[in-house]
Amino acid sequence: MSYSVTEPSSRQKWVSGTLVIAYALITMLPLLWIIATGFKSSSDSIAYPPKVVFEPTVEGYVNVFTAQTRLSGEKLNEPVDDLPWYEQLVREKGNTIVGQSRFSERFMNSVIIGFGSTFFAIVLGTAAAYAFSRFKVPLKDDLLFFILSTRMMPPIAVAIPIFLMFRNLGLNDTHAGMILLYTAINLSLAVWLINGFIDEIPIEYEEAALIDGYTRFQAFYKVVLPQAATGIASTAIFCLIFAWNEYALAVLLTSGTAQTAPPFIPTIIGVGGQDWPAVAAAATIFLVPVMVFTILLRKHLLSGITFGAVRK
Amino acid sequence: MSNSTIDRAAQATPPAMAQRVKGFSDRTIAWIFVAPTILILLAINIFPLIWTIYLSFTNFRVNRPNNEVEWVGLKNYQRILGDSDVWMTMQATAHFLIWTIVLQVLIGFVLAYLINKKFRGNDLWTTIIVFPMMLSPAVVGNFWTFLYQPQIGLFNYVVSFFTGVDPASFSMIGEVDLAPWAIVIVDTWMWTPFVMLICLAGLRSIPDSIYEAAECDRATKWRQFWTITIPMILPFLMLAVLFRGIENFKMFDLVVQLTGGGPGNTTTLTSIDLKREAFEKWRTGYSSAYAVILFVTVFGLASIYVKALNRVKQR
Repeated sequence: MSYSVTEPSSRQKWVSGTLVIAYALITMLPLLWIIATGFKSSSDSIAYPPKVVFEPTVEGYVNVFTAQTRLSGEKLNEPVDDLPWYEQLVREKGNTIVGQSRFSERFMNSVIIGFGSTFFAIVLGTAAAYAFSRFKVPLKDDLLFFILSTRMMPPIAVAIPIFLMFRNLGLNDTHAGMILLYTAINLSLAVWLINGFIDEIPIEYEEAALIDGYTRFQAFYKVVLPQAATGIASTAIFCLIFAWNEYALAVLLTSGTAQTAPPFIPTIIGVGGQDWPAVAAAATIFLVPVMVFTILLRKHLLSGITFGAVRK
Repeated sequence: MSNSTIDRAAQATPPAMAQRVKGFSDRTIAWIFVAPTILILLAINIFPLIWTIYLSFTNFRVNRPNNEVEWVGLKNYQRILGDSDVWMTMQATAHFLIWTIVLQVLIGFVLAYLINKKFRGNDLWTTIIVFPMMLSPAVVGNFWTFLYQPQIGLFNYVVSFFTGVDPASFSMIGEVDLAPWAIVIVDTWMWTPFVMLICLAGLRSIPDSIYEAAECDRATKWRQFWTITIPMILPFLMLAVLFRGIENFKMFDLVVQLTGGGPGNTTTLTSIDLKREAFEKWRTGYSSAYAVILFVTVFGLASIYVKALNRVKQR
């Protein structure tokens, strides 16, 4: 191998590798702890010293998905052998399952609102980004900056008039209202990111298509869209993650029917004191999809988090 | 144009459709494409903003819709700027902002510098380090209250393991002296990777040839670091600070779940204070003025900063 002055020495690589891995392990500790706590029994979860080795149980997961009450005197002695395994698990603690909890409902709300708002943000954002990238739009730079500046407002500050507006329109605590709201917030990200991706596609491709007799619309969806597909897909994942994680507006504008998971998870209390395994189980179900998405997004992470200001 | 290409184009779309679509000029298409986005943003962002500005000059209260709404002029603004509690929340916000930015820039830069040594598997570890910042701040904040529990919490255990302090003797989120640092620690844990990613992009954008030239001139590594690496990466660092600054000025979800603004008012950041005024005390007019002040502050500081950033970039 040829010698290069800019190539780090193997000792440098070794030292820096060790330090980075040490940091990564420390930073993963809270996340691993969340996942582990989800599989602990409630007594293990509050043991001192904190238990690293424990007997795994799915009690926390059962508690998240079910509503329970304490069993009364006589029922305690009922035979449990014929009951399903989750009922047996709950009976051991002297409780009985009386129905589903609201968690699955809240989780579905997150899914509906997340995917709904992502869909609209991507459709509208792609169209706008294409126009900004390919046509002479009057006041283009001002419009783009205006679109970005909507992201600078503190959510609580916009929440007051939106609360009033939604109340007048009957949109408070509805899926449609939340989808509209998150679409608006995600649009700025979608326009900026996709604009960058389309800018990278040589305009000659389209010109060739137009000369071949394609219309503008055909050129758009047969030439530009396939080229920008990966970029658009990663933008969609960013929008989805934002809607998935959003808390401030959700907690202020939803309470019952359209409440998403982030305002709900902290309210999981359980029977008698904060049920940490249940909270951890809910958090795990909620956080792991985002970690998977992060791995998928690796290559576009940087442009996504900086609105396309920095790209590799 | 040959006939065959026209035929092919005609086959690609139903004739009637093609006829209609072809009728649109580029200008029309541009407007059809841009208009929905602009309309939605006007409806959801600008219209509410104008409404907030209007409300900020009134004594309107959402929970008393039958009261007559009076125009009070600048009274709300005077009351906010003269309120010592508001200045306390500003101080708490400043403490949070300054320390999170300092720590995240330092740690983020060092991490990026180390990752840029291109050891084996650096991509994998970078992805792992990035995880915390993609997660829901509210859920993470809620869970950190568990890690911060005295006695049973993992954080207290780790601290006592290394320092020998009794893990039950301190409560990160329950004590006035510690709570402001508790939120700084969690935010730093979450967002250092953000600064790291931007720094990494900066470091990778510096061409090797500059270092090679410096090596030929016998510049020491130390000198290369200060005269090449730092100036070249400065615009990236400033961009990272801009993003973190705006985000943390708006900070709500993480801190509200972690400490709820307590103990006392020690971690009541401006957004949390604003939420109390608007949605617990229902002082709509007053909180609208508060919101306008916040927005003007963020916008003003960001514009000044962007000007500085552009100057650095041009150098």
